[in-house]
Amino acid sequence: MGVEVLSVSVDSVFVHKMWNDYELSKMINRDIPFMMLSDQDGSIGKLYGIYDEDSGVETRGRFIIDPDGVIQGFEVLTPPVGRNVNETIRQIQAFQLVRGSGGTEATPSGWKPGKQTLKPGPELVGNVWKVWQVKEAFDE
Amino acid sequence: MPEEFKPGCQRPPIKKTAPVEPKTGGESSEPGKEGKGQMVKVGKTAPDFTAPAYYQGKFMNVSLSEYRGKWVLLCFYPGDFTFV
Repeated sequence: MGVEVLSVSVDSVFVHKMWNDYELSKMINRDIPFMMLSDQDGSIGKLYGIYDEDSGVETRGRFIIDPDGVIQGFEVLTPPVGRNVNETIRQIQAFQLVRGSGGTEATPSGWKPGKQTLKPGPELVGNVWKVWQVKEAFDE
Repeated sequence: MPEEFKPGCQRPPIKKTAPVEPKTGGESSEPGKEGKGQMVKVGKTAPDFTAPAYYQGKFMNVSLSEYRGKWVLLCFYPGDFTFV
């Protein structure tokens, strides 16, 4: 997919190393394959609006940034609920498709690779119902 | 690209290169708080930053701007060892 992952928390790089060495590497049988950034004063989290002043940590904010440095999407969750990696991958695939089409194609609700895209234009106005069905918004 | 640094007792300084957006007063979900911590907007440029990182046995300094030309997934989380 050609996506660089950067993770960020308020922990020091030394704690990142310990977490990698003593827990995460045991889950995947190798080192974490991406940069684990340290944001000890929360300044990066504040820039992105996901730093929680009350608890002094960063919430589960996830940002998709395109090759021009533009934020295409984000999701923010409170600490106890983990993310859905498949949904993140699906969104990146959709943004990559749209970008690759030069903006001529759009991905309707529930789109995933292999499913039909839409080509917005004058002819499609009021005619989506002819080319796209609601059941396509859901997984089979 | 990210450069390795030798870890010592002193933390590398955190560089904040991105301009903090001026207060617009508009539809902030968390009003007040000195205009900081406002949510970024989709379709807008991601604020740049430089920070120390751990990567496969090395300590690196990394800037978001070094990733121009690539798709980036930027993931924040509450802390190491926080279970989820």
